[in-house]
Amino acid sequence: MNYSFHLWLIPILPFAGFLINGILGRRLPKWLVTSFALLAPFASFFVVLDCARLAYSYGYTVCKGCVATSGSIFLPNVETCPLPWLNISALHIDFSFVLDQLSLVMLLVVTGVGFLIHVYSVGYMNDDEGYARYFSYLNLFLFFMTVLVLAGNALVMFVGWEGVGLASYLLIGFYFQKKSAADAGKKAFIVNRIGDVGFLIAMFLLVANFGTLTFTEIAAKLGQDPGWQGGVVTVIALCLMLGAAGKSAQLPLYIWLPDAMEGPTPVSALIHAATMVTAGVYMVARTHVLFAHSPFALGVVAVIGTATAIFAATIALVQNDIKRVLAYSTISQLGYMFLGCGVAAYSAAIFHLVTHASFKALLFLAAGAVIHSLGGEQDLRKMGGLWRKLPVTFAVTTVGVLAISGFWPFAGFFSKDAILYAAFFHGTGGKLLWFVGVLTALLTSFYMFRLWYMAFMGESRSPEIHPHESPWSMRGPLVILALLSIGGGWIGIQRISVFLEPSVGVIVPDAGSYHFSFSTYHFSLSWELILSIVAVFMALEGWLLADKFYRRKPARPAQCATVLPGTYNLLVNKYFVDEFYGATVVKPLLAFSKYILEWVVEIGILGGAAWMLGGIANFAGAILQRWQSGNLRSYAAWLAAGAAALLLFLLVPWATALASLGAIHLGVAGH
Amino acid sequence: MSSFLSQEVPLSWYLILSAILFSLGVAGFLIKRNLITIFMSIELMLNGVNLSFVTFAHQWHAVKGQIFVFFVMMVAAAEAAVGLAIIIAVFRARATLAVDRIDRMKL
Repeated sequence: MNYSFHLWLIPILPFAGFLINGILGRRLPKWLVTSFALLAPFASFFVVLDCARLAYSYGYTVCKGCVATSGSIFLPNVETCPLPWLNISALHIDFSFVLDQLSLVMLLVVTGVGFLIHVYSVGYMNDDEGYARYFSYLNLFLFFMTVLVLAGNALVMFVGWEGVGLASYLLIGFYFQKKSAADAGKKAFIVNRIGDVGFLIAMFLLVANFGTLTFTEIAAKLGQDPGWQGGVVTVIALCLMLGAAGKSAQLPLYIWLPDAMEGPTPVSALIHAATMVTAGVYMVARTHVLFAHSPFALGVVAVIGTATAIFAATIALVQNDIKRVLAYSTISQLGYMFLGCGVAAYSAAIFHLVTHASFKALLFLAAGAVIHSLGGEQDLRKMGGLWRKLPVTFAVTTVGVLAISGFWPFAGFFSKDAILYAAFFHGTGGKLLWFVGVLTALLTSFYMFRLWYMAFMGESRSPEIHPHESPWSMRGPLVILALLSIGGGWIGIQRISVFLEPSVGVIVPDAGSYHFSFSTYHFSLSWELILSIVAVFMALEGWLLADKFYRRKPARPAQCATVLPGTYNLLVNKYFVDEFYGATVVKPLLAFSKYILEWVVEIGILGGAAWMLGGIANFAGAILQRWQSGNLRSYAAWLAAGAAALLLFLLVPWATALASLGAIHLGVAGH
Repeated sequence: MSSFLSQEVPLSWYLILSAILFSLGVAGFLIKRNLITIFMSIELMLNGVNLSFVTFAHQWHAVKGQIFVFFVMMVAAAEAAVGLAIIIAVFRARATLAVDRIDRMKL
């Protein structure tokens, strides 16, 4: 018996909120808008909780060819829309949702953190004119995100994938009167399109090679035939990775995420830190069977993740906008997650995804509270000494900073450690990946404490501003997220990996050396302890460095900048990547549009054709209008001339016939 | 003499007369400037055609042609009534009957 969870309720509830607030929001009183906006995600969070409760209380069973017995719930639970969606000869695609361990964890994060951020937004957006519009977009995002997470096949996932891109675009450009915000929205959308091409091509290849897009069927086909190795699977996996890199802001497509900070801060917390940007990680974990059959693609994922982690971390060192520091930090942490996927430690990656969702949402919301209390100021150089004015915000930020830096016993420690541990034991290149990861941990700790010192410690650098603590609707979610950031890590990687084993830990033949499972791997306690101590030591080192630079010797940063002007400039200008893309992609494209498309095609061909047609009509009109003189006698003359011409035409054959007759007659007469 | 009198007028004479009348009408229509003269030229053309109708009706002993003539005369009478009314209106508005100067729809 297949128990029905009514999974469709999870996305449909936020969608109802979107419709109500989107259509009627302007006319409804504010309290009604607020209640609809909060009720929708809360209800869907409740449904998710209920699913989790059911799955646990009945004791979930992993179904591997076992016979279903009534009363038990099997956790890859597929619920399909009764109507077929696409039915093209051999290809059948249904609109199906699947609930398994992976999507359950992800749903808890999305709806749980999503609900908290909705609550926070009530306080944050209180004075905004677009209050109802904001909440309708936010609900729309939750709708698409839950569709993405629940998707049972790649096409349904793609629907959610594009939908969250749309919601992200709408929310980045929320303050669309501001040109930079509108541009940032467009940039995010366009850069994501590049990644989506990868996703699309991967889907085409899946259909061509497997004849299906359903994740479980693909896994089954791959499992049946050990011949699938490398080749086309590598191409599919790399295309999927391109899609993931676009959505999750990895090298080389990360450039949209820092600009996405133009959106309201809760949006940055929800979409651009906690949930949407982790969709790429989720997708790689969801399609891990493909990656498992392609060691090369896995290696690419690991290298891209690691490179992104350290690359973004170095940029974050010198940024002065509080939100941009957090944005680069998000990119860097997403790099960790891809590193985890790349060494086939999917459960560690998902674990980091979960803990990151809590502490990064916390940091963003805290940054939002700071910005809110300072009346929109985002520059770290103008903050300082806020710990006295904003005690609650200060406390939760401290928790967030400790968590992201990886201090025991905060959440980040456990998940980051799990990834680094997996990387360390991953083949020969693993040591290098681990080393770069640990170095990134040092940088992470440094720039987070830099933010912490600049914003909260020392003396206020803008004494004219009198900050005030935010309302409770904002502080409540902060406190809850802080508690999660402290305690979330105690779930532990072993429990998470045992739980996720059925979803992401499928044992794959021929990939034994690449498969890493925490539940089957016997932890070497001494190694784990040594690596953890190294990681914490690195974090501590980062803190001490930041302490030295921004508390004990405040002149040191400027000195460093003058000693190493080249490096400093490189970092401040974010490695000139935007300029590089501008010169190599945007400029040629603009030039092509201007000279070829505008001048030649638009003005030359299309404009010329239109001009010529118009010219012909004009010329003919100029001639013909002389006819329309209004003079009665000229009309009559034309009429008479016409009649005469008609007569002539009728008479000409007669005349010729008569003439020939006459000639014959004359000829006869001449005889 | 008696043979000349007793002889019927040949058909072609009627037709030639009809053509002359019609051509006079056309010429008058094209040449004349006065609206009323033009109007009269139209009547001349109509009667030229009427004459050929009657001629053929007589020739073929078909009454249809004569019925046609009555129709034409009736329409011409109606036309004369309407046309003259229009001409009077035009004259009141423009104080002229020269068609060359009546070449605009609006005043």
